[in-house]
Amino acid sequence: MSRATFPRLSDWHIAAVLALFGLAGPFLLPTLATQIAFLWLMVVFALTWDMLGGRMGYNSFGNIVFFGIGCYAAAVIQRDAGLPYFEGLALGLVAGAVLSVLAAIVFGAAMLGIRGHYFAIGTLGLGIAAGEIAAGWDYVGAGSGMALPLYPGELGERELFFCYSLFALAACCFLLFRWIYSTRFGLALNAIRDDQDKADAMGLRTTPIKIVAWSLSAFFLGISGGLAANMIGFIDPRDVAFAGATYGVWMVLMTILGGKGTLWGPVLGAFIFHVTQELFWTWLLGWQRVALGLLIVLIVVFFPQGIMGWLAERRARTAS
Amino acid sequence: MLDNLSLFFQYPPLAADVILNGLLIGAIFALAAYGMALVWGVLNIVNVVQGELVVLGGYVTFLAVQAGLPPLLGLPLSAAVMFCLGWLIYRAIVFRVVDKDIFISILATFGLSILFQQLANAMFGSDVRTVDAGLGSLHLLDGTVTLAYVKLLAFVLALGAGGALWLFLRHARLGQAIRATAQNPRAARILGIDTNRVYAMTYALNGALCGAAGSLAVMAWTIHPYIGLPYTVRSFMVVVVAGVGNVAGVVAAGLGLGALENVAGFVFGVEFQIAFVFALMVVILVWRNAMAARKRSYLE
Repeated sequence: MSRATFPRLSDWHIAAVLALFGLAGPFLLPTLATQIAFLWLMVVFALTWDMLGGRMGYNSFGNIVFFGIGCYAAAVIQRDAGLPYFEGLALGLVAGAVLSVLAAIVFGAAMLGIRGHYFAIGTLGLGIAAGEIAAGWDYVGAGSGMALPLYPGELGERELFFCYSLFALAACCFLLFRWIYSTRFGLALNAIRDDQDKADAMGLRTTPIKIVAWSLSAFFLGISGGLAANMIGFIDPRDVAFAGATYGVWMVLMTILGGKGTLWGPVLGAFIFHVTQELFWTWLLGWQRVALGLLIVLIVVFFPQGIMGWLAERRARTAS
Repeated sequence: MLDNLSLFFQYPPLAADVILNGLLIGAIFALAAYGMALVWGVLNIVNVVQGELVVLGGYVTFLAVQAGLPPLLGLPLSAAVMFCLGWLIYRAIVFRVVDKDIFISILATFGLSILFQQLANAMFGSDVRTVDAGLGSLHLLDGTVTLAYVKLLAFVLALGAGGALWLFLRHARLGQAIRATAQNPRAARILGIDTNRVYAMTYALNGALCGAAGSLAVMAWTIHPYIGLPYTVRSFMVVVVAGVGNVAGVVAAGLGLGALENVAGFVFGVEFQIAFVFALMVVILVWRNAMAARKRSYLE
């Protein structure tokens, strides 16, 4: 893996800078706290997508399902459980995580045997079907979505709370995944990506491994869904919870931009994409989504190896 | 929901109306699915932008009618415009991803699909559009079964296009080249076939089929910028069920899907019809994979 091409030291440097930014950033730039919170959400998106797409070679367009389940689980619990805000939020996040993992196990058992084209389009269908069902289901507010309870503290405190929560989530996700990729399990994921039939023949129990990997992604996506729903304060079935055309695509795009299957690639991709988006998106005056489509085509066609892949290639060329 | 279901069985003329209208709409799905089967079989690409080509074809007819042309002239116009657009898309993007990893081609066409969807939204607005073909309707069984003539026309045209496509692939020089390239591109190149041109013509032909389907869709039904992906998924589903390179199967599966979808829309309510389409595709894939797993193989 290209991780080996980077000396240990620089890894720690990047991690230290990121940790410092995550801890001090919201205090130094209180007006940007919401944007920073969204940045950590994007990091979680890219990291969880990379688990399957990059490491395991299963290109899912439906990971947004787990995010949406997390959103709705938190919203329903906070509406119906009758608990104070923070208890309700905690219970909602737990419920979101549990439901997402259950969904990943069920969908995984059914769909992770499917490969290639079929898996990609099948998961795409899964994401959109979930959004359409939520948009027609009265219990969860149907097409008009759901509003979440108001944060009880002061205005500035709310942004800081979600910013730090999402930072903690992204950090946990990164550290856990980093550890996982260094274990036999991580190697098994790569083996499935490189040649699933050979991995099978070598005695790897590929189906349980794939289900566990998807469940791990779903766990973090479920929690991030609950947090994001509370941060935004409102969930719309198609534009927030099951937003395949924005979040669902960004996941893939950020990972590819950074370099899929690398440790820092998804984080880097998320940073670059989010910062670019915050800086330049408003200049596009309603043509953002057109630009997004164009960006996907350009990146995929002309830059499929991503930044980390490009760096590794350049390094290999200068070394030889 | 159950009320609708019992109504459906207790009142046969209503059931006939729902099923017949579904079958006729299904002809449009079959038309778009021919194109998808062609591109899949020859270029080995799942063309996610398929549905957007259908929608753009619909907009061509819509704009032609706005400009004062008779609606039926919109059909060949849409096919011709989309033929050119298909050729352009191939030249600009698709030929760069033909021999790459399947994921790259899926994602590239997916990006194109978002691009066209949003362009359509920015240029034509998000309103639901339809064109009155001015052909009237056929009333059967004391008016309980209403079939618009334009749907019948769509049905006949889709079947005719299927037959023409079959003949073309079988007997025309280019059709034979397309089939040869699908079977073995390397051997086809050795035998002097310009496979790059064959790919471009195949993709352009797919565009023309989608354009015709879109033109019929805007006359027989409605279009709006975000309806593209359902058409992609319908085509995909039809090809998965029928198999690549099976024109008769595509017709049967397309008609069946149309009928099933209309019945589902009636029973569950129209707001769940799109959800039904996508969920049905997931179910079909899971089922096909379970069947394949019994023979120790898998869907790829």
